[in-house]
Amino acid sequence: MPVGKPGIKTLWWGLWLLGSLALAAWLGMSLLDNDASKSAFLPGAMTHGHHQIELQCSACHDEGFNSQDVLQNACVNCHGEQLADARDSHPKSKFTDPRNANRLANVDARYCVSCHMEHRPELDVGMGVTLPMDMCVHCHQDIGEERPSHQGMTFDTCASAGCHNFHDNLALYEDFLLAHADEPWLSERPRLTPRNLASRMSDADLVALIQGSGKPPADKTVPEHWDGNAHAEAGVACTACHGDADQWVDKPAPLQCAQCHEQENEGFLQGRHGMRLAMELSPMTPSQSMLNMHVEASHRELTCISCHGAHDFDTQKAAVDSCLGCHNDEHSNEYLRSSHHRLWQAEKRGELPPGSGVTCATCHMPRETHGDDVLVQHNQSLTLRPVEKMIRPVCMQCHGLEFAIDALADPHLVEKNFQGKPEHHVPSVDMAVERDKAREGKRGPY
Amino acid sequence: MQYSRTLFATALATLLLSACGGGQESKPAVGIDPQVYTDSLFAVMNADRTNYTKMIIGRLGPAGADSIKPHEYWEDLENGAPLPAQMFRYGAEAVAEVSSDFSYSLQSLWPINSQNAPKTELEKEGLQYIVDNPGKNFYGTEALGDTTYYTAVYPDVAVAAPCAACHNNHKDSPKTDFELGDVMGGVVIRVPM
Repeated sequence: MPVGKPGIKTLWWGLWLLGSLALAAWLGMSLLDNDASKSAFLPGAMTHGHHQIELQCSACHDEGFNSQDVLQNACVNCHGEQLADARDSHPKSKFTDPRNANRLANVDARYCVSCHMEHRPELDVGMGVTLPMDMCVHCHQDIGEERPSHQGMTFDTCASAGCHNFHDNLALYEDFLLAHADEPWLSERPRLTPRNLASRMSDADLVALIQGSGKPPADKTVPEHWDGNAHAEAGVACTACHGDADQWVDKPAPLQCAQCHEQENEGFLQGRHGMRLAMELSPMTPSQSMLNMHVEASHRELTCISCHGAHDFDTQKAAVDSCLGCHNDEHSNEYLRSSHHRLWQAEKRGELPPGSGVTCATCHMPRETHGDDVLVQHNQSLTLRPVEKMIRPVCMQCHGLEFAIDALADPHLVEKNFQGKPEHHVPSVDMAVERDKAREGKRGPY
Repeated sequence: MQYSRTLFATALATLLLSACGGGQESKPAVGIDPQVYTDSLFAVMNADRTNYTKMIIGRLGPAGADSIKPHEYWEDLENGAPLPAQMFRYGAEAVAEVSSDFSYSLQSLWPINSQNAPKTELEKEGLQYIVDNPGKNFYGTEALGDTTYYTAVYPDVAVAAPCAACHNNHKDSPKTDFELGDVMGGVVIRVPM
């Protein structure tokens, strides 16, 4: 080979080196730049629960990737409160006892990721669970001996709808089943507790906030839908949201509403509609959803005003029309043909008392009583999966427990937005009643 | 008593060595005897539990002012209150959240929840020992996973009539003839060595 003249091989090596350096530089810059997309670093797609925030690596990994505890803390930071509220049936403390050391060899249940592995969508058997559904066998293999009623049942049916959940059994534990046995399918007075947002008006700090300060710029006029809306009725000043003349903004920041609606905002940020904002990402849009959405709604940004409107603050619209303006799946579309919807129409026409109708929000944003306040839970993901989470806060507001269990356990009925009757009967309540009968009236001191 | 003397002698030796200018390099390893440690922990646990049973449940429950409702599912009852055994478990869970220096649990040869039956050979031996030898504790060491533990088992006695009545009438109780003063189970305390 002649000296001083680079061969074709050398040229290729040079190009490869240059390309590698350029790629490394681009990856390095992407990693260090907080605003740059991190999609190149994703080792695999994320589950339906986290895909909205999959590009905010630090949401789960914090500053590094070297500690299982960092991941665990991230899980607990977002989900810990809900698990505590659900009286988690399998808290971490159950597994830290050294006597369970041999069990941890099968499933290290001290860590959420042992059962909910991310970036491995091919392992997801539903609800973000990435272990086989018969995993209960590792600890409960003797259940057939303890409970003859369970003999012959296979371990992949433990978590069948209406039986047991790993975390949340608030509506499924035996004494609760017994306490609500023999309930009619529909209560005598199926009615929602009225919201009482106005009761908060006794709070002096809140009143000061809604009165705002200063005056709006002289060229601003009262918007078209203002008169008669809830904010106008409550005396909310323009400056409370937009700022006074010196600090006026035509479009207040997405989370401006939180100034007064703190609890509603907290729920919103925890749910799938608001979790991107909570992670300081741009607002969620229907185009980013894994569900079927209306094409024309693809690029709508999800903030408070997306559903409530900028100046009409119409809760009736927010309860149904806003949802159906984006959601285009079978369950959503079937709502318009459901008896729940017919009740809602009758309520709107004034033929039924307030609280009689059932809207999308009735089920997915249930009303919660906190002391004297009746608030709307804006985390619509809170009761979504597993379906039994909906039984107590939602279904049982109007329906009996047994009917609620059967209805939610019927996927076809859920898809049809509860038009019709449950196809199968889940015998949970029957089994509890049978076992209670066998006690022949024996009762403890309490 | 023997362990108290050991502890005192160790402390005295340490003090003398320190006074003689023994220096840090010759400082002997000082520690509390595991049995004294677990006995002390149990003394606190047992005192708290008995006090809760008598002063809260006994005084405010159905046998007293009847203003609280002790119940297994107390969270779903208005004025519900946890049963003494649950209160004890909540303590164990809260400790597990903040420390791995020791752990404890309430177990029984006749558990209402089968998950609270003895699992390790030492637990089985210890729980049987405290039933067969009323008033005595059981101590031993065992290897679980890759750690060796000092394990102590203390009798859990029915200190009030409702303790026995509750277990005797519970649908999941394998034993239904407990009496006041009976050993119903044991408190197992573990310390990693």
